[in-house]
Amino acid sequence: MSVPGGAAPVQILAPDGTAIGDTGVGLGEDNLRELLRLMVLARRLDDECMALQRQGELTVYPPFRGQEAAQVGSAFALGSEDFVFPSFRELAAAIARGVDPVEYLHYHRGTWHGGPYDPLAHGFAPICVPTATQLPHAVGWALGAKLDGKAACALAYFGDGAASEGDFHEAANLAGVWRAPVVFLCQNNGWAISVPAGLQTAGEIWRRAEGYGFPGVRVDGNDVLAVYAVTNTAIERARAGDGPTLVEAMTYRMGPHTTADDPTRYREEAELERWTRLDPIERYRRWLLATGGADDAFVKSCETEAERRVAEIRAGLVSTPAPPSDDVFAWAFADPPQTLERDRKEALGDG
Amino acid sequence: MAEVTMVAALNRALRDALADDPRTLVLGEDVGALGGVFRVTEGLQDEFGPERVLDTPIAEAGIAGAAVGLAIAGWRPIVEMQFDGFSYPALDQVISHLAKYRYRTKGRVAMPVVIRIPYGGGIRGKEHHGESPETYYAHTAGLKVVTPSGALDAYRLLALAIADPDPVIFLEPKARYWSKEYGEMTSDGPGIGRAQVVREGDACAIVVYGPTVHRALEASATLAGEGVEVLVLDLRSLVPLDVDALADVVRRTGRVVVAHEAPRTLGFGAEIAARVMEEAFDYLEAPVIRVAGYDTPYPPASLEQRWLPTAERIAAAVRIAVAY
Repeated sequence: MSVPGGAAPVQILAPDGTAIGDTGVGLGEDNLRELLRLMVLARRLDDECMALQRQGELTVYPPFRGQEAAQVGSAFALGSEDFVFPSFRELAAAIARGVDPVEYLHYHRGTWHGGPYDPLAHGFAPICVPTATQLPHAVGWALGAKLDGKAACALAYFGDGAASEGDFHEAANLAGVWRAPVVFLCQNNGWAISVPAGLQTAGEIWRRAEGYGFPGVRVDGNDVLAVYAVTNTAIERARAGDGPTLVEAMTYRMGPHTTADDPTRYREEAELERWTRLDPIERYRRWLLATGGADDAFVKSCETEAERRVAEIRAGLVSTPAPPSDDVFAWAFADPPQTLERDRKEALGDG
Repeated sequence: MAEVTMVAALNRALRDALADDPRTLVLGEDVGALGGVFRVTEGLQDEFGPERVLDTPIAEAGIAGAAVGLAIAGWRPIVEMQFDGFSYPALDQVISHLAKYRYRTKGRVAMPVVIRIPYGGGIRGKEHHGESPETYYAHTAGLKVVTPSGALDAYRLLALAIADPDPVIFLEPKARYWSKEYGEMTSDGPGIGRAQVVREGDACAIVVYGPTVHRALEASATLAGEGVEVLVLDLRSLVPLDVDALADVVRRTGRVVVAHEAPRTLGFGAEIAARVMEEAFDYLEAPVIRVAGYDTPYPPASLEQRWLPTAERIAAAVRIAVAY
């Protein structure tokens, strides 16, 4: 993992899967295997979503290939009382959180905004597209949880591009002042659409935490054990009432920004090849096999299960009928204005 | 019963809400020890503590965004924006999230949030202290937009806004903050979405809200001296708009003058004129006349009375409508 001129990130596994840090992150054998299972499923589903988009079954889709460890490792550290505030590329985190992928993907199918899953049931806020605007929500939620006396934590995902937005600064500053139980998890994937991270900021994102009065840490985002360990520490800190942490997970967006993007216009193939050698799933698989945490049969079962699940998800997605016309009107207000009710009746022909 | 200012009535509505509903909280800039720059939150932090009445950093987008997060966590935040002109950094959060969260989540996550904004001119304020942003909010589907014209209705509307299940932009006409009314503060009476006839007349209807209501009443007194009795309709609520009341006053008078401080182009008067035609075109005896701020930035204090829709300008418009 090279970060030219930057601070070395926390690492537990080297890119070849050998342990270079303390692998005793507090996860039992089942959970260690679960991390692999989730990452394999997530990648298989990501590939399927690209195909679904090309087949016209999804509108635009933002792939997360390469970021599986950053998302699964961090989301896996959460408890049921915690709450995730995603941006728009966190399908792997959603899977780790138990959100139904079919419901999630209805967002990309254009069935409904935000993902029609129940955010409150899963502790997973709606998909949020306006860059960084989910970060103040995480802080507000965390303040509310703190006022309620809950030992719960908000985990907010954002990217290197989002760190340039004012909402990042305002959210971080508010969280620091309120000592809000929130973890800001930046997936620095190298690119904000076509603009490289080096043109987003002249500094290092994790270092900004000091200015807000809380700790920042840079972690190898392709090292699922390191991401889990760092996030877990941050979450425990938040739950203990010690306030926020900023985690910068160094990773890479292997695919395009979305299916509407063409990365060949702005980045070199050699960069992609370099990051391919740093693949998060391959690294973890090697370590797990080498240490006897899993065997080939388990790896095979992960792949088989992923195939089966993805086929189910595809079938569930494409068989869902279009939403009823009344959905246009049904949810805008709890108590709709008379003028809107009239429009509804006129449009639906029942008045 | 007592004589109260609008500031005192708003303060009382906040205090009653904080006392009655433990899920409410007040947050904003200088709302704590200072009691807000207009003293609307005076004494509340002493009574309810710094956790329920929070002084925030100067970060309007962050405050509005935090209110969204608090609502997700089951709280009912009441936000104070310090001035109209300082509410714009929060527009992205209000438009992109506060207004849309319920829709986005199919009603699973409600946004019972109130954002209070002192607005309008006429107090010899500096630049950014005399703006009328109501159109931005009224044009944003998912928000309710209300504005009182007097102290007692300020109490009622704020109490109702806080209890409302939808996000409410609560616009406080700052020029009326120190106006007084005598009576009982109660949330009983006309609800959000109901307009009120505050003066009866048959020659013309003046449709107004917030800071222009008293100017319309002042114009009415002048016109009465000329033998012209006009009706004054206080909208109270821009969203929901009481189109029935609007149609009714057109049917009764045949003439409409609408007055607001916001600039004329796409000001709320445009909506009123359009609705009047949709609802009661056949009853019109004259074109709808708009009396509004001009299509310029808000002027400096020394010129604001030349810019605002004064009682004189409103009366002049009524004379044109009646003579048509």
